[in-house]
Amino acid sequence: MSRQYKLVSCTINGKKVEKMVDVRASLTDMLRDDYRLTSVKKGCEVGECGACNVIINGECFNSCIYLAVWAEGKEILTLEGLAGPNGELSDIQQAFLDEAAVQCGFCTPGFIMSAVELLEAGREFSDEEIRKKLSGHLCRCTGYENIFKAVKKTMLRRLGKEEKAELV
Amino acid sequence: MYDIKALYEAKSVKDAVRLLVEHPEALVIAGGSDVLIKIREGKLAGRELVSIYGIDEMRGVSYEADGSIRIGSLTSFSHITNDPIIQKHIRVLGEAVDMVGGPQIRNIGTIGGNTCNGVTSADSASTLHAWDAVVEITGPEGVRQIPIEKFYIRAGVVDLHQGEVQTAIIIPKPAYEGYFGHYIKYAMRNAMDIATLGCSVNVKLSEDKTVIQDVRIAYGVAGPVPLRAVSAEKEAKGKPVCEKTVKDFAQAILEDIRPRDSWRASKAFRQHIAVVLAERALRESIRLAGGECDEQTV
Amino acid sequence: MYAGKNVTRVDAYDKVLGRTKYTDDLCDKGAYVVRILHSSIAHGKVVSIDTSRAEKIPGVVRIFTCFDVKEKHYFPTAGHPWSTDAAHQDVADRLVLTEDVRFYGDDIGAVVAEDEVAASQAIEAIRVEYEEYPFVLDVQEAMKDGAPQIHKNYPNNILKHTSIRQGNYEEAVKEPGLIKVEGWYETPVVQHCHLENFICYAQMEGDRINIVSSTQIPHIVRRVVGQALGISWGKIRVVKPYIGGGFGNKQDVLYEPLCAWLCMQLGGHLVKIDIPREDTFVSNRVRHSIRSHIISWVRPDGTYAARKLEAFSDQGAYASHGHSIAAKGAGAFPQLYPCENVEVDAYTVFTNKSVAGAMRGYGIPQTMWAVEGHTEEVAARLGMDPVEFRRRNLMPVGYVDHFSKNELYDDSFNQCLDKAMAAMDYKRKYREYQNQTGDIRRGIGVSVFWYNTAVWPISLETSSCRMVLNPDGSLQVQLGETEIGQGADTAFAQMTADVLGVPLESVHVISCQDTDVTPFGTGAYASRQTYTAGFSIRQTGLLLKERILEYAHGLTRMPSYNLDIVDGNIVRTTDGRILMTLGELAAEALYSLNNSQHLTAESTAQIKSNAYSFGCTIAEVEVDIPMCKVKLLDLVNVHDAGNLINPALAAAQVHGGMSMGIGFGLSEQLMFDEKTGRALNNNLLDYKLSTCMDHPRLNALFVENPEPTSSFGTKGLGEPPACSVAPAIRNAVYQATGVFVNKAPVNPHNLFARFKEEGLL
Repeated sequence: MSRQYKLVSCTINGKKVEKMVDVRASLTDMLRDDYRLTSVKKGCEVGECGACNVIINGECFNSCIYLAVWAEGKEILTLEGLAGPNGELSDIQQAFLDEAAVQCGFCTPGFIMSAVELLEAGREFSDEEIRKKLSGHLCRCTGYENIFKAVKKTMLRRLGKEEKAELV
Repeated sequence: MYDIKALYEAKSVKDAVRLLVEHPEALVIAGGSDVLIKIREGKLAGRELVSIYGIDEMRGVSYEADGSIRIGSLTSFSHITNDPIIQKHIRVLGEAVDMVGGPQIRNIGTIGGNTCNGVTSADSASTLHAWDAVVEITGPEGVRQIPIEKFYIRAGVVDLHQGEVQTAIIIPKPAYEGYFGHYIKYAMRNAMDIATLGCSVNVKLSEDKTVIQDVRIAYGVAGPVPLRAVSAEKEAKGKPVCEKTVKDFAQAILEDIRPRDSWRASKAFRQHIAVVLAERALRESIRLAGGECDEQTV
Repeated sequence: MYAGKNVTRVDAYDKVLGRTKYTDDLCDKGAYVVRILHSSIAHGKVVSIDTSRAEKIPGVVRIFTCFDVKEKHYFPTAGHPWSTDAAHQDVADRLVLTEDVRFYGDDIGAVVAEDEVAASQAIEAIRVEYEEYPFVLDVQEAMKDGAPQIHKNYPNNILKHTSIRQGNYEEAVKEPGLIKVEGWYETPVVQHCHLENFICYAQMEGDRINIVSSTQIPHIVRRVVGQALGISWGKIRVVKPYIGGGFGNKQDVLYEPLCAWLCMQLGGHLVKIDIPREDTFVSNRVRHSIRSHIISWVRPDGTYAARKLEAFSDQGAYASHGHSIAAKGAGAFPQLYPCENVEVDAYTVFTNKSVAGAMRGYGIPQTMWAVEGHTEEVAARLGMDPVEFRRRNLMPVGYVDHFSKNELYDDSFNQCLDKAMAAMDYKRKYREYQNQTGDIRRGIGVSVFWYNTAVWPISLETSSCRMVLNPDGSLQVQLGETEIGQGADTAFAQMTADVLGVPLESVHVISCQDTDVTPFGTGAYASRQTYTAGFSIRQTGLLLKERILEYAHGLTRMPSYNLDIVDGNIVRTTDGRILMTLGELAAEALYSLNNSQHLTAESTAQIKSNAYSFGCTIAEVEVDIPMCKVKLLDLVNVHDAGNLINPALAAAQVHGGMSMGIGFGLSEQLMFDEKTGRALNNNLLDYKLSTCMDHPRLNALFVENPEPTSSFGTKGLGEPPACSVAPAIRNAVYQATGVFVNKAPVNPHNLFARFKEEGLL
């Protein structure tokens, strides 16, 4: 049978875009193959590892188990959309750098996007809550330790609690 | 890329019913966290899909005219947890679905999908059983409602006929008013896991908090579908709030549950844990209801 | 000096921007994709494969079966340096596709298609007819007479057996008054679970084949592809970009030979093999499950009279790294707690399970599970404090292993133990947690570990380095040692900057290895990167410096012995005056009309030394007995890895190893169906890798005794953090409950069984 395509219009990293998409495609496929946004990683393709995590309308989703056609009309943010126009790192990216929270780097994009959702809430979470909010990601390099620190420090700094952040 | 034969996107409930009638072989896909994985595994590969994910009228939590709580079937787990109505009346349901998978799964997973796939391990299912939930189904013949226990037919099979879509889950007012509950998910890790056993308990205590007026307990993974432990409920109903009641109640669940041996866990292990969970969930429910049953009262 | 400083990782900026390119990100979208046809039986022979239905599926390019492999070039897969001595070569027992099925998931065919859906549909449509043989999954069952024979020429399925005999065990045990402590210990099959699955692609260019692969060992891959295809090694080019972790799985040649073979069958068309997670668990490599039997004969004063270890290492279906793992563990046994009378017998045995290869720790996590569990039992039997008992028996300062010539130069064990105990408030907690009752109890446990860096003298240790000066005074550095996430490139940059006297920003370590242009090196394994590369970096750096100063002599007329490079400047050492910048010199050297020179240096360092790398773990747990659950409350690792080049990255690496140790101790286990041999939980939902909600804060501490044999005072740190965590957790559970759990992981199923046996439930 002939293949089925659909025109998908959405906003990706602040830019309105549209493309004909194979209805069988996952959002991971669309972002990686059609838009070359390769920060979106494939680690398991069943929603267990979090490497493909992106933000859709403010909430985190594993794009591997999200049909590309559902992106119609949505606002999608990937890691590529975080830095400033001249490559300025956002605070959370800088914190990942400073806290040595990056090793092989394969889980990093997904983790940072979950951190962004957490930080956008604009409130202080307990350690346990932070861990829970990051628990949809697997990492084999870092033991999550420095990732946790990077997220917690950034959260505290955004809330103006610089001194508390230093103690993390 | 998924092996999907054709995809039809429904714009409304009516549209979904029409598409399902037109394409009798098609499967419903809601959030997809279950269906897409089964397509990848090959179990549902090459099928036609009717996507209901875009039907916003099936989202959200609201009161019915009679005070019952209506949860649209497409409401995601995270939205249920954060919903003020849920937090006010059936907080335990919000807590239970907050233990599903991880945060991203809770943003895509829907309560409708969690119940329509008919699996015993669903974190929402035991709590819905324990709260006498009613399932609303819309089909070509109109809308019908059935108790959730009747909705589950056998493992992986629910009572949905040709052309029907589950549109809401309703918690009747008499079922939640005055009840307090607690859910324990027993899993091998603290996130991204399925329940080895799930236990949801709720109680209604007497005015003076000394007598258990009503108690309901439901399990996931204690049988092929979620189930109520009716003998245990009978055992504790009308009994004083005390440690002996809790222990007797917990032991009584063994008459009701039917766990099996699998590579995930042995029957003996599940039976043992089921008793421990019943005890702890009842104790916590009593505490939430304002009762006390410390060791000394035995 | 940059060594010892917490400089930011050289690759972190690109990684947090999401623009670092991994293998799949580099592959052209026109590549054919591959799905491998895996056997659905554990042991037997493929009789026929019917591909007729599958071939008709639109999008299928070609289907290859084991019967299409006409030239049978058997090849080894272990990422070991090659040996030109046939007696020391790895076992060559693999074919790109095989008719002889030896485990459930063996590679018997491959579908090449235009897209993955067509490939998957084709796999489903293929019908395979087998002649089935009985199979065996248990390592000791496999050794019995009459057990199914998995390979020819290996009676009783024993790939290799080695023995160590010291003193006279039989005589020593006759000493009156000895206490005998005996136990069986077992570790499960576990998998590496790097986040990026194995992936590679291949395309022909002229008569050569280019392969891009997510590997730790590009130069070894080149050699093995040559062996597997029967083509000249120089016809093969292997490129290794950034990789999403390896942990030893990618220290094996996985599917590069098959990918290259398929590409060549298809006229050189671009072919990509992207292994799904489910297959990664089954058909890549796993860690050897090892069953150990230890008998100790101790005197009441807490000294050992005689000790004995029998270890049965489950190799799975093919040789891969083979006996090297069990042998490394066996070698640790007589050394960690030296004793005059020791017997060790280690067996590596084929079974019809997934193939075991290298995994972080290389036999030591399994051996420490057994030895440190056993040590706890001996101390308990003697009524001695577990730490004091260890201190009394641990390898003493000045100990020399006569085979490796490794020496314990410093009091590493005691220093590490002291630091860990202080960090955990161990003594107070140990006292407090004695004799608890009730459902919920706490415990604290300790474990040390033995590890040695690199592979000399078992195998070759060599590192080659090239440094190329740019016209602005910056330089490129190339090494065969690979960045696999551990931070090697950053350490290499720090070392280079120090040797040459240039700012760190001037050093550009070329992360990507390309066997056409990268100097020869065997890759990332054996915790060898900073130790071995350190030699070639220093040697090559000094060579380049000599050439630079010689050129400076020509420009400045100063004798080169009065010149130095400091902070990127040519400095006259007699008065400290800056004569010119290195950039000025480099530009002049390159563009000089009198004496044009491209200043570069390249050299090979062969390393004939090796270094111990020791440390310990202390774990604090809370055990909920009715729930059969362990909650990890606190965890510290202390390592003596010599000088740390980058303490922050070293700590980060330790965190990762601790995390892997937590999984090994508490939850991870790949299970196989007894009836079919099929893996049961080969996905990230059912295989319980720990999440951040399963971790306490991880505390990584160090004592830094400079390693005298090392060019930068460093020694291994990559694998050691994973070696002692699991037994420390197990020992903490013992303190809490009085129950020894000898079978890892300490998960609810094993606890339920043990608590029942001991009457706690």
